[in-house]
Amino acid sequence: MHSFTKDQTPWIPNGQAGVMSLLRPLLLDVVPTIQQTAALALGRLANYNDELAEAVVKGDILPQLVYSLAEQNRFYKKAAAFVLRAVGKHSPQLAQAIVDCGALDTLVICLEDFDPGVKEAAAWALGYIARHNAELSQAVVDAGAVPLLVLCIQEPEIALKRIAASALSDISKHSPELAQTVVDAGAIAHLAQMILNPDSKLKNQVLSALSQIAKHSVDLAEMVVEAEIFPVVLTCLKDKDEYVKKNASTLIREIAKHTPELSQLIVNAGGVAAVIDCIGSCKGNIRLPGIMMLGYVAAHSENLAMAVIISKGVPQLSVCLSEEPEDHIKAAAAWALGQIGRHTPEHARAVAVTNTLPVLLSLYMSTESSEDLQVKSKKAIKNILQKCTYLPALEPFLYDAPPNILKHVVGQFSKVLPHDSKARRLFVTSGGLKKVQEIKAEPGSLLQEYINSINNCYPEEIVRYYSPGYSDTLLQRVDSYQPLTH
Amino acid sequence: MATLARLQARSKFVAQQYYFRNSVVDIFRKKEYDAAVKIQSWFRGCQVRAYIRNLHRVTTIIQKWWRSYSGRQKYQLIVKFASCAMKMNLYNAMAVRIQRRWRGYRIRKYCFNYFYLKEYLKAVSETNDAIREALEEFAEMKEREEKKADLEREEKKRDYQARKMHYLLSTKQIPGIYNSPFRKDPDPWELRLQKAKPLTYQRSKVKQKRCISLSNWLACTSARSFPRSEILPPIDRKQCQGPFRDITEVLEQRYKPLEPTLRVADPTSELKAAREEVRRQAWMRNVNDNMFLPFSSYHKNKKYIPLMHSSSKYGPNSYGSQHFRDENPKKWICDKDFQTVLPSFDLFSKYGKLYSKAGQII
Repeated sequence: MHSFTKDQTPWIPNGQAGVMSLLRPLLLDVVPTIQQTAALALGRLANYNDELAEAVVKGDILPQLVYSLAEQNRFYKKAAAFVLRAVGKHSPQLAQAIVDCGALDTLVICLEDFDPGVKEAAAWALGYIARHNAELSQAVVDAGAVPLLVLCIQEPEIALKRIAASALSDISKHSPELAQTVVDAGAIAHLAQMILNPDSKLKNQVLSALSQIAKHSVDLAEMVVEAEIFPVVLTCLKDKDEYVKKNASTLIREIAKHTPELSQLIVNAGGVAAVIDCIGSCKGNIRLPGIMMLGYVAAHSENLAMAVIISKGVPQLSVCLSEEPEDHIKAAAAWALGQIGRHTPEHARAVAVTNTLPVLLSLYMSTESSEDLQVKSKKAIKNILQKCTYLPALEPFLYDAPPNILKHVVGQFSKVLPHDSKARRLFVTSGGLKKVQEIKAEPGSLLQEYINSINNCYPEEIVRYYSPGYSDTLLQRVDSYQPLTH
Repeated sequence: MATLARLQARSKFVAQQYYFRNSVVDIFRKKEYDAAVKIQSWFRGCQVRAYIRNLHRVTTIIQKWWRSYSGRQKYQLIVKFASCAMKMNLYNAMAVRIQRRWRGYRIRKYCFNYFYLKEYLKAVSETNDAIREALEEFAEMKEREEKKADLEREEKKRDYQARKMHYLLSTKQIPGIYNSPFRKDPDPWELRLQKAKPLTYQRSKVKQKRCISLSNWLACTSARSFPRSEILPPIDRKQCQGPFRDITEVLEQRYKPLEPTLRVADPTSELKAAREEVRRQAWMRNVNDNMFLPFSSYHKNKKYIPLMHSSSKYGPNSYGSQHFRDENPKKWICDKDFQTVLPSFDLFSKYGKLYSKAGQII
């Protein structure tokens, strides 16, 4: 039996129903070892494939398992919980079938057992059932699993803590009410204590659970913060394991996105610097929550955006923007830069100085970028340009920008040039005035107004000198000139 | 009659004279009348003119006085309004000055305090630096710990190996493989072997026995999880000389896999486990773990925990229960000690002891 089911790629006998009907009576055998082994075999079969799991369900085995779960010894309980977990993990319908046969109550009873292995198996099964959707989670909660899971978290065995934390995370991720139920059972304090545990898989689950709780509403996020996770969470950002870093930055992101006060709290605790260092030290999808967190913090207010800038966030984000191969990470970095630079000219200058604007423009113009990336980079460029008064960064835009962006660039020039004489001189010598003259605009449009206001800053001769076709008109005058004959 | 004649002779002359004189008078009457009328009219005219002149003069005086009066009224009104306007302008200007200062102060202090913002940003960057340092230290510490753990593991492994290879130690007669006579000084392994304690066979047996137990069948990763002996039969064996049984039969019997009976297969401690189970169930249902003691000895076994307010480091504070005078002697009103006029209640000294029938402590 075991040799068929234990291997990674089992040979599936082509009478699957036959297998089930063979195994089913063995579950009722007198010898306990046979029962346990039969249950283990069923579990491994169901684990491999969802068709087999459906066959287990159709074979009417679950009620038998559930019935005998209550009475048997701990090995049988472990095996039966394994079967339930294996069936429930594939799809919501199978999980619903498990719930319908009344397995939840027995699993909750298993959670009260004294053997940690049984608790682990039961908690794992409940976690997999609750993972699929909110109704199943609600069913798990209604069976009274949450206080027992919180008790399981306090047990000394690491594996049990991991599984219980993962189950709580799966329950609380669907809706605020479920998260509130988990919080009411007093989970946050225990989860917060476990952040200090050195085991990295446990940290993963704990951080994921806290972030699923904190993501729903401001009150829940505040409760998570009140458990004094800062600045301890920042040490997780320096962990060796990549996924711990990812989950820690996800948690910080979920807290920062709700209100400016929470973001302020994170900034005051030095979280921004830690997140920026974390972004610098990893690659790919691990960076994504950190980038989004910077964007959310900067989006709330200009003081927070300035705090992100002085923590040296902008160079890091522009490195992400240029280095990353994947479009969605680039889009996130572009969005974050837009949020930082949109507040005041100081902010826009800080972003423009790092030479990110040409990169953003090339991302917007390139045909290979996904639509999302194009939209986000366009928005970012627009937002930054509307406040940017740093002319050396704006000049390259005159040459290769599309008309809708050119309008904003010329508008910014028309705002800055009337007041700054050095800038005017530089504008002429760098060839910007020439380029502006070459721009064709419909009379009466906003672009034409801007061009006029730029031209008004200069004496007429210079404007005429740089207007296109001036050399032709001069040559025409030469042709038509009659030298004076004595 | 003469007179009549004379009168009649003169009557013509008289008539003529009468006519002439009347007509002359008439002529002169007209002239004189006209002259008189002229004179009278001129005189009347002069009178009226003089009167009118007078009237004009008087009217002018009256009108002059009236116009001056009303003009002065208007002028005073104008002056009043002008002075009011000037005062209001002055007040406005002063108020603008005050408001300007206040608005500037308010915005600079309460709405957007530039210096406070700069301080805050400086504080944030200092916190960031501190956090970065702390995190780097933490990372370094973790690395050091890991390295240490790695080194320790390596040490343990090598130590274990040395213990296993203890037989390679060099003796006086035969130099071991790590102590070649051609070397200047022995290999570090030699020293390790010298230090190591030889590994006894006993220990490994104990370790092996653990694998065979029935209870680990779920975690057991062998291909067939039925328990069997770890020691495999040797592959090639020379046929022993003599009337021995067939080797395959012997090995089959010797290495037959364990087929435990039903009684053995179940864990033997099931009864004990069941009893434990019952006890645990009872424990689970208990609200309070402490054993119930009879009320009569309640006071004997319960340790009195005094209030924090009334205890000092070494036990209960006697102030408040034993003596009640203020600890600061300067506050005492008189030097003599208090007298107890009435004995204190001893109602509460009997608390908890009156209710037990068995105790009868009273």
